[in-house]
Amino acid sequence: MEYDLSVKNVTKKFGEFTAVDSVSFDIVNGHFFSILGPSGCGKTTLLRMIAGFEHPSDGTIEIRGQDMKGIVPNKRPVNMIFQHLALFPMMNVAENIAFGLRRRGTPKNEVMPQVLTMLKRVGLPGFEQKRIDQLSGGQKQRVAIARSLILGPAVLLLDEPLGALDLKLREHMKVELKKLQAEIGTTFMYITHDQSEALVMSDYVAVMNQGRFEQVDTPSNLYNQPKTPFVAQFVGENNAWSGVVEKREGNIVEITTSEDHQFRVEVSEDINPSSTVDLFLRPEALLIEPDPSLTDINRFDVVVNSILFDGASSRLLVNPLNSDKEIIVALPQNKQYDHIKPKDKLVVGWSEKAGICFAKR
Amino acid sequence: MKKYRNWGFFIFLLPVLLWLFLLIVLPHIDLLIMSFRFEDDYGELTWGMANYKEFFGEPIYWLTFVRTAIYSLVVTFLTFVIGLPVAFFITKVVSVKYKGALTLLVLLPFWVSELVRVYGWMILLRESGVVNHLLLKTGLLAKPVEMLYNDAAMIMGLVYTTMLFMIVPLISVLDSLEDELIEAAFDLGGNARSVLFRIIIPYATPGIVSGSIVVFMLTLGNYLTPNLIGGKNSLWFTEQIYNQFIASFNWNQGSAFGFLLLILSSLIIWLGLKVSKQNLAKVVQ
Repeated sequence: MEYDLSVKNVTKKFGEFTAVDSVSFDIVNGHFFSILGPSGCGKTTLLRMIAGFEHPSDGTIEIRGQDMKGIVPNKRPVNMIFQHLALFPMMNVAENIAFGLRRRGTPKNEVMPQVLTMLKRVGLPGFEQKRIDQLSGGQKQRVAIARSLILGPAVLLLDEPLGALDLKLREHMKVELKKLQAEIGTTFMYITHDQSEALVMSDYVAVMNQGRFEQVDTPSNLYNQPKTPFVAQFVGENNAWSGVVEKREGNIVEITTSEDHQFRVEVSEDINPSSTVDLFLRPEALLIEPDPSLTDINRFDVVVNSILFDGASSRLLVNPLNSDKEIIVALPQNKQYDHIKPKDKLVVGWSEKAGICFAKR
Repeated sequence: MKKYRNWGFFIFLLPVLLWLFLLIVLPHIDLLIMSFRFEDDYGELTWGMANYKEFFGEPIYWLTFVRTAIYSLVVTFLTFVIGLPVAFFITKVVSVKYKGALTLLVLLPFWVSELVRVYGWMILLRESGVVNHLLLKTGLLAKPVEMLYNDAAMIMGLVYTTMLFMIVPLISVLDSLEDELIEAAFDLGGNARSVLFRIIIPYATPGIVSGSIVVFMLTLGNYLTPNLIGGKNSLWFTEQIYNQFIASFNWNQGSAFGFLLLILSSLIIWLGLKVSKQNLAKVVQ
């Protein structure tokens, strides 16, 4: 496999503070790669090192097999979409897009045709004479992408460019960006703190926390098989318990949680009796009033605290009997559960296969 | 309600209107009338263009006029060339916590009156001044040199006097320039030169133009600095006006000169706005 970008043991220190801590990864040509992490996790610093605005304290960055050490930003074959897009307000759309070509010394008569082709490609034909302040948020986005893509970068770096858009447009641009990337085949490296952006668009996602990569995987693996407690909690919603393993039978362990629930969980990891564990469970893994005939189910009684209606992602907030612990339960809007009201008593249950267990370190 | 608001509007506008009319418009009308009056051969005041003819007929007048205009443009350009890096340094290079202090340092000399500052320069530059003293002490000069009373000293003095009025608008316009814009230009293959000429200067144009207008007008109408530092040879047009009013006691001639200066500054500013494609209302904001 060919790698457009290959990062090896890159570390960045600001004084005593380590912003990026020995991070390594490769991006396969033409992939949409995202880095997902909370703010302050070092993802922007990592991106700026690849663009050349910061210098790694240690490690190497290779773009298309070429070491980038000592190469200034304007000589690197990558381009960046900035958080606030950084379109030049004193130039019109065509001048903005032509900026890179002109700096590169492209012959004058070739610049305009290329700009027009690019505008058509991002779906803005006829916009070349518009001023930047005449464009909507989504149009600005596309101009910024066109301005970078016209230079044919090896990797396009995107620094949370959807953050400033309103929700509806953001949903729309997510799909559009993914489509555009698939069409042109340029490698995208996208950083965001919004898990939905990362999961929807990416081929691979790296989850970053405190300067380190927790897990690099496909979006569905991140969601279904998180490798660390941080990933389990950061990607999607999860209910968490901590408890002690009572015994182990083959792949099944029996856990007593700190709230005195007895749960049976299927584990792949090597978890020994009497070790403490973190147990995570997705809201949609919890069944409301599971059929009594079902086996291999952990059941317990709860009291409904409140109903959080949010269309397709509506949820129930429940407390186990005699406990203040809040548990989130997915509430499918299929009329079956319309009778549920706050203060109702329910039985909820979950399959032994649905829980995810991590031994505490 | 509507009537009430109209009254309020009028009351707040009144001082401005009075000030403009009584102190600016009225005296200027009087000056305009005076500039078209002259004493004929019998000593009678009559109407005519004689004052303006005198200006074009006497080379010393219109040469001084042209010289003042050109030197004012040079001073404006020099303040810009020095002011831009200073403003850029204050807004973009140093950390935010020093910004206020540095802006204050730029402002500080202007706490002192222009007269005192100009005398300060004279103490430094005169034949028995500090600079000469130091140069003699170090043996770089065999005998003292008169550094005052030449065009270079005068221009330096004018640049110094007006610097603040260029730096302040530049700081405010560069403050709003996002660092992202400069980084984006580098990212797209720009170098220091193209970032300066394609991004920073075009972005700062409104600030540059408003700073330039103020600096140009102040320089063109400055009397103190050319007179003191430039001395007798300075030949600044304001001195000609002063001479007509005070020395020759020829108010009619002086008024004509005053109007010519007004026309000149309006014309050059109009040209400047045309060339930089800015409009006055936007620039003075």
